[in-house]
Amino acid sequence: MKKILLGNEAVARGLYEAGCRVASSYPGTPSTEVTEFAATYDDIYCEWAPNEKVAMETACGAAIAGARSFCGMKHVGLNVAADPLFTASYTGVNAGMVIVTADDPGMHSSQNEQDSRHYAKASKTMMLEPADSAECLAFTKKAYELSEKFDTPVIIRLTTRIAHSRSLAELSDRVDAGLRPYEKNPGKYVMMPAMAKKRHIVVEERIENQIAWAETQAVDEGINTVEYNDKKIGVITAGICYQYAKEALGDKASYLKLGCVYPLPVELIRSFAAECETVYVIEELDDYIETHCLKNGIKVIGKEAFTLQGEYSQSMIAKAVLSEEKPCLSTDLPIPGRPPVLCAGCPHRGLFYALKKLNVTVSGDIGCYTLGALAPLGMLDTCICMGASVSALHGRNKADENNSKKSVAVIGDSTFIHSGVTGLINIAYNKSNSVVIILDNSITGMTGHQQNPTTGLTIKGDPTAAVSLEKLAEAVGIERVRVVDPYNLAETENAIREELSTDAPSVIISRRPCALLKKVKHNPPLKVDADKCRSCKMCMKIGCPAISMKDGKAVIDFTQCVGCNVCKQLCKFDAITD
Amino acid sequence: MSVKSIMIVGVGGQGTLLASRILGEALVCEGFDVKVSEVHGMSQRGGSVVTYVKYGDKVASPIIEKGEADLLLSFEQLEAARWLPFLKTDGKVIVNTQTIDPMPVITGVASYPEEIIENLCSAGADVTAFDALSVAVEAGSPKAVNVVLIGTLAKRTDIPKETWIEAIKNTVPAKFLELNLKAFELGYNK
Repeated sequence: MKKILLGNEAVARGLYEAGCRVASSYPGTPSTEVTEFAATYDDIYCEWAPNEKVAMETACGAAIAGARSFCGMKHVGLNVAADPLFTASYTGVNAGMVIVTADDPGMHSSQNEQDSRHYAKASKTMMLEPADSAECLAFTKKAYELSEKFDTPVIIRLTTRIAHSRSLAELSDRVDAGLRPYEKNPGKYVMMPAMAKKRHIVVEERIENQIAWAETQAVDEGINTVEYNDKKIGVITAGICYQYAKEALGDKASYLKLGCVYPLPVELIRSFAAECETVYVIEELDDYIETHCLKNGIKVIGKEAFTLQGEYSQSMIAKAVLSEEKPCLSTDLPIPGRPPVLCAGCPHRGLFYALKKLNVTVSGDIGCYTLGALAPLGMLDTCICMGASVSALHGRNKADENNSKKSVAVIGDSTFIHSGVTGLINIAYNKSNSVVIILDNSITGMTGHQQNPTTGLTIKGDPTAAVSLEKLAEAVGIERVRVVDPYNLAETENAIREELSTDAPSVIISRRPCALLKKVKHNPPLKVDADKCRSCKMCMKIGCPAISMKDGKAVIDFTQCVGCNVCKQLCKFDAITD
Repeated sequence: MSVKSIMIVGVGGQGTLLASRILGEALVCEGFDVKVSEVHGMSQRGGSVVTYVKYGDKVASPIIEKGEADLLLSFEQLEAARWLPFLKTDGKVIVNTQTIDPMPVITGVASYPEEIIENLCSAGADVTAFDALSVAVEAGSPKAVNVVLIGTLAKRTDIPKETWIEAIKNTVPAKFLELNLKAFELGYNK
């Protein structure tokens, strides 16, 4: 049966059909839906782990114990999970282990544009890159076969346009892969120098076998494909770039599509290049395939014609290779941008407004609240990576202790559990008077509402133990822990002012569930009494998308307003009413 | 059949994803090769959102670029103007006349352009413009604006009405089906 599936959904279907038994992931756009869809199959044990490192170690443990396993993450998540990855390459797997890493060229929803292909090479594992949903499904199943054949974790690399595009895929039944027997084997699974030295030899031999597979069997098995048309132009490509090239150049070019991007074949590429007059390597982000070609003396055109930055497209390729451009319509209207904003009723808004009034430096983190950096709130000073708000604040306060009177860290509940808690331990242990604000909105928000260890629910919605943020903070040595409601501006502002003036580390939990959660009951929308409105624009300072000025008076959009009352607290003329 | 391209654009939270899902479902029912490209995550939060839908005998790239769309379905006026260059020079525009101020307009650093619909027409586009939000309210909920617009789109394709209704049944939750079928019907007759 054929069905239209999101790329991520197709990977999940591949997990199901391949007999995957254990899946552990941390959400991250654009990878999140793989695990969400996997959780809809009762035959796969599925979980949200506190972070990607835990997820990958869980998958390692399950694979060694004999179950086909999975972990999924976005590209930056693989940085967090890199530690187990590099050593899992040495231990190998027993049952198959598949990892998804989803890169985000163009940074639709990410803080950098790193190219995860380097990780496959650096960790000496294996990496497949599908080009549509059908391949997402097929390559996931193939990845388990290869993982067991070569005894290595296999990475599936997705990019945003593959992960978040829907296309047709052929469904089949699940194969019960069963549990492979586990046999104690310290020489293989206990990585300390004496054993690891021997395993490194095995890894290098394995890579030779994998290259041999990539040269020939990968072609027979439809992973690496050669398509000869007009041979004036040859294109070596992978993943989504194959689709762009195919649309731009059609039969005017021949294609070598590399479904396996690590290891790369040499002779297959050499013989393809020899058949074509001019050979282009078309790959988003780094010159990964190009470098491989040049190292092996194969003449190609790569980054001299194409950029290292952002997403590619059919028109970019048509322009670079054929010098063709399409006509289009235009208007002379000046079009204002429409950046993403904190939603109407977002609990982070009140907190950021309080921080703005206090004019503090804010060490920021990854989540919806990163949007607090944008106008009119403009309240983040830094945002580096998951968890960095807490540790970087500590560093800032150690650089100059006067900073601790006017600096705070803001971090979400899920991000705090992911990697903020270790920073908090450092604050307590190494004594900085840091004020850490945990924005507890009872969910992992930005990635689209995933449960986490603080919510008391599992990925399947079953009740479970919930981390108490208050007790956790106290347990690591923070004596000053308090909870505020960010819808109450005065309370929130006072709490922050008090903690900044105290000579002790403190944690403020700004607690209010995300306004988009189904369980959250909204108040009726507020209204503006136009007769009372003096057009002072105080209510505009919080950047609520539901409030705008029409004919000189504030108006509230009834389709957006959830009655949070934050704007009402700012109006000095009582013009905002229920 | 050569590949046809439809763009669905709007503001995060307006329900463009559901509209693209219904459209994708209807095209699959008709036996086309289909690709639908969405962007999730950060840009959902009140930002400009765009979904590409392409169908035909065989679709390669899932994205649509300048000068490539046969039809632009916009949930909001400013977004129609923003994405107009993506339309083919003989393409059609369906636009909801609802306006939603973006943050630069709210904060006063930019102003919302006037006479957008007139400008779309004078640029040479074939424009259908109406207030889909009022129609959705008439159907029973402002949230049904996406299905109202799908109705309007449906009338301008070769796909039979029954297929669309089937696609809606397969896509929306049962308890909202009646509302959405009414919204579709009202949009279809626009």
